[in-house]
Amino acid sequence: MNNRVLSLVLSRLLIALITLVIVSFAVFFATTLLPGDTATILLGQAATPEAVEGLRKAMHLDDPAIFRFLRWIVGLLQGDLGTSYANEMPVADLIGGRFINTLQLAGVTALFSVPIALTLGITAAMLRGSLYDRAVTVLTIGVISVPEFMIATSAVLIFAVYLKWLPALSFANEVTSLTELLRIYAMPVITLTFVISAQMIRMTRAAVIETLNTPYVEMALLKGASRPRIVFRHALPNALGPIVNAVALSLSYLLGGVIIVETIFNYPGIAKLMVDAVATRDLPLIQSCAMIFCLGYLLLITAADIIAILSNPRLR
Amino acid sequence: MVNLVEIRDLKVEATTDSGRRVEIINGVSFDIAEGEIVALIGESGSGKTTIALTLMGHARPGCRISGGSVSVAGKDMVTLSEKQRARVRGTEVTYVPQSAAAAFNPATTIMDQVIEVTRIHGIMSSDEARARAVDLFRALSLPEPETIGRRYPHQVSGGQLQRLSAAMALIGDPKLVIFDEPTTALDVTTQIEVLRAFKSVMKKGGIAGVYVSHDLAVVAQIADRIVVLKGGETKEIGTTEEILNGAKHPYTRELLAAFEPKPRGAAGAAESGPAPLLEIENLIAGYGQVQADGLPLVRAVEHVSLKVEKGRNLGIIGESGCGKSTLARTIAGILPAAVGKIVFDGKELGRSARERSRDELREMQIVFQYADTALNPAKSVEDILARPLTFYHGMNAKARSARIDELLDMVRLPRNLRHRRPGELSGGQKQRVNFARALAADPKLILCDEITSALDTVVAAAVIDLLKELQRELGLSYIFISHDLSVVESICDEIVVMYGGRKVEEISPAKIKTPEHPYSQLLFSSVPRLDPTWLDGLEQDPELVRAYRQR
Amino acid sequence: MTMTNSETKADRISGTRLGYRFNIIGMVGLSVILFWALIAIFAPLIIPYPVGEIVDLDYFGPMSRDFWLGSDYLGRDMLSRILMGARYTVGISLAAVTIACFSGVMLGMFAAVAGGWLDTVLSRFLDALNSIPSKLFGLVVVAAVGSSIPVLILTLSVIYIPGAYRFARALAVNINAMDFITVARIRGESTLYLIRSEILPNIVGPVLADLGIRFVFIVLLLSGLSFLGLGVQPPYADWGALVRENIGGLPFGAPAVMAPSFAIASLTISVNLLIDNLPKKIRDRSE
Repeated sequence: MNNRVLSLVLSRLLIALITLVIVSFAVFFATTLLPGDTATILLGQAATPEAVEGLRKAMHLDDPAIFRFLRWIVGLLQGDLGTSYANEMPVADLIGGRFINTLQLAGVTALFSVPIALTLGITAAMLRGSLYDRAVTVLTIGVISVPEFMIATSAVLIFAVYLKWLPALSFANEVTSLTELLRIYAMPVITLTFVISAQMIRMTRAAVIETLNTPYVEMALLKGASRPRIVFRHALPNALGPIVNAVALSLSYLLGGVIIVETIFNYPGIAKLMVDAVATRDLPLIQSCAMIFCLGYLLLITAADIIAILSNPRLR
Repeated sequence: MVNLVEIRDLKVEATTDSGRRVEIINGVSFDIAEGEIVALIGESGSGKTTIALTLMGHARPGCRISGGSVSVAGKDMVTLSEKQRARVRGTEVTYVPQSAAAAFNPATTIMDQVIEVTRIHGIMSSDEARARAVDLFRALSLPEPETIGRRYPHQVSGGQLQRLSAAMALIGDPKLVIFDEPTTALDVTTQIEVLRAFKSVMKKGGIAGVYVSHDLAVVAQIADRIVVLKGGETKEIGTTEEILNGAKHPYTRELLAAFEPKPRGAAGAAESGPAPLLEIENLIAGYGQVQADGLPLVRAVEHVSLKVEKGRNLGIIGESGCGKSTLARTIAGILPAAVGKIVFDGKELGRSARERSRDELREMQIVFQYADTALNPAKSVEDILARPLTFYHGMNAKARSARIDELLDMVRLPRNLRHRRPGELSGGQKQRVNFARALAADPKLILCDEITSALDTVVAAAVIDLLKELQRELGLSYIFISHDLSVVESICDEIVVMYGGRKVEEISPAKIKTPEHPYSQLLFSSVPRLDPTWLDGLEQDPELVRAYRQR
Repeated sequence: MTMTNSETKADRISGTRLGYRFNIIGMVGLSVILFWALIAIFAPLIIPYPVGEIVDLDYFGPMSRDFWLGSDYLGRDMLSRILMGARYTVGISLAAVTIACFSGVMLGMFAAVAGGWLDTVLSRFLDALNSIPSKLFGLVVVAAVGSSIPVLILTLSVIYIPGAYRFARALAVNINAMDFITVARIRGESTLYLIRSEILPNIVGPVLADLGIRFVFIVLLLSGLSFLGLGVQPPYADWGALVRENIGGLPFGAPAVMAPSFAIASLTISVNLLIDNLPKKIRDRSE
């Protein structure tokens, strides 16, 4: 029995690994094989053909693509992320501190949104069809139907422009006090919390409703169980897997949200770094950032799948 | 004598998709005395489960008790508040569901769920409850009564779960237990044990019961009185004796008639022609990875050989998992055989349908159990029947239309049904369309895979009659796969009994009373009869039962 | 309370003439979608001012009788720019969703019917593609090839093919397991017939609803990319680009910032409302 769980988990991990290889392949080829000659871009349109040729040699640009891919992968595995085209600094140095910043933002958001979303999702499912449930449903549909920047701009408009509680822009390197810190994080966190909570609420609600519709919940009702007992003893234990799964999946939406939020609030995180890198076509930097994002995303969805496997009581 | 239950003029309403309200129970009244078991019998849609659930004051989502009274031990379940109802549920009235496998919470142990009632209502301490549960497990002749409660629901068999759910219902010392088709999903050999266990526990405790079922023979074994329902109305109420021997209402008589064994009748004089229509030799088939010896990992059919003569019918009978359906799929080429020869009408067929010619495919048709999934819900009856006509016979629109009329006539369906979609037909009508599609190919052999199992008894009997008639007219042969001995008996000239993927015996209906193989003996003797003394008088060799009762 | 009231009223209004029930929320959704579709088609005929012309002396002007939605950061009429923006937002998204769903659904049905290694390889590959976050995918492609409308359409559709594939494949696998497919197979039917005549008619409803949801995703992603400056490039501007252009007006609460966002929200919310409240065919089993 436990062997089955182990083999399911292992096969899921294997799939994640294969996916990672395919993804890195896609990222690498999308950024290097598509039109636009790197050497020309780096040296500018005015460069002499000889200079371009020299640079191509130096950067191994004339090697077959597969070698360059392998060299890149080996480099990644050794922690060598390459050198930025734009300012010739090692990519690893550029990313380091900013990666921490982004993780902090994501962490704080998760800390807020997970409890809020679970409470709203579970209660809405319990009170299905009530006015409260309808309000939650309408609100979540509203939030997931609008772009992240609209939530961000609305938040600025409300909290910074009209109420003047918070500053519109944040600079994490100028933090001097705790209150300052709170004020600076507030806006990005509020925005991101809205974005991912909506998803989480919807998925949690659906998961709980599904278990509430099962024959064993009806059986509990026919045993004379009270409503709280039905929900907490019979529905929730079985919805736990799907709920945790929903949380992991919703957290993966953070990645999309963070790109917009960091840009709009000027937050010095890795997503902002990447958007800037796109503007300067700094390929090594883009590749590394893209790989970090994909890795994070893959980790979350793999975790979600593994949780779903582990929480299936029939596999115990 | 004071009645424990008095139902008076009960009405239940359901809300349809369009928001319209319809009465699904129109004024049902009956009583149950203390310690009496009353059966509610009827076909699907007769409202039997709905009525049973009102005894607990419960109506499924979308339904509502709209009138009348349901008095249980002096309390009217209709007018009680939800809280008061909860107090009655599990203590005075309890419920044994149709599918115990779905009604057990997969996340907690069996013991926790069995004694949950005592916890909810604070009846006794946990230790007492546990001891009582073990006693009940023993009384219900469950294996390993001391430890079975520690397992999770997916770790025990269906027949055991059904008995465990009875333990769950009995632990609160109820006055009334509702059994909702508790043995319908079980094989006959398992059904016997479960029925016996239920009966002895109920009689010993003097507990009253409501037994919901569509099967008169099962009900005859356990019920004191029978309520016959149809379309949400009572058709007849009487003691089991009265209903079985002196039914007054025509509908009851129809139900009983469907039970009468109708022997095959003038068997199409065995045209002992030179070659049989179908001959199968040493067939092996299964699922999973192919092993080094060229055989599949899980072998569902092992070394089966059989023969079907022209114009004669072969029945294949066995319990779930015996490989009978796999055999049909192998013959049809859906699941290619790993080993073996299939000779049809003198030619050896390819093992996979893909390797067979269009004519070979045309001459052997298969009809599946569930017409719901066998008919494309997006197409009209006309389109469904037209396709084989175009595909095999290349008919033009006019010829097709005429032939569709003929086919509908053949299966006794009104011609104007051709524009309907399967979703707008009844179960019996769908199965007729399903069959008409096979006829459209002009086949020589039709494989019928449990085609009557999903139908109500009366409807199934009519379909069988139709099949016999068509055989006389068209000179077809059938391979009839079923778990239901009486069905096979009534239409087949030769019966093959399967167990564990093997053919254990081949027997003619005439000798069905005296099978030779011990498994056939066990299987045939387990089929309930319309005789209230059958279960009590039945003696089966316990060794035999242990040897062949899987799961 | 009010909800139930409006619903019963909606029943009365829409009636049940055709055996379909369509409630008022769904109808509102549909009308807003039709409104934007008409705007997208006829925008050049109805805009009050030329889109590129500076017509207001003030920049970030407030709403007024002359400029219903105020003016932008250069003093151009915001209403005209939004009406014209509808062409890009609706047009690009529609093109992308059509390509994405068509290819995804075709591949999905094919994989489900064919099965075997072909199904495995296709599913694995598209799943891998799906595990690149969509915005990131957009960023990478734009970084590599630059942004133009055809590139945008193609990128957006490639991003959403895996989703459409997965959805259609799951539906088709369920249908494929039905006995009527087995019956058709052993009749000797071709794969093409199975896909076209047996599977497609059974999944077309959910697939259309999925198309609507994917349309919403694409509108949001396109707007997001344009907001980052990686989508529709000047002189053209879709709704996302309009927000980007005018983000400087945010501290003043200028209508130019929020108006395009509201346009996006009105479109996407309407599509969601329509999908949740599609006309239901009334099935009354009890005659």
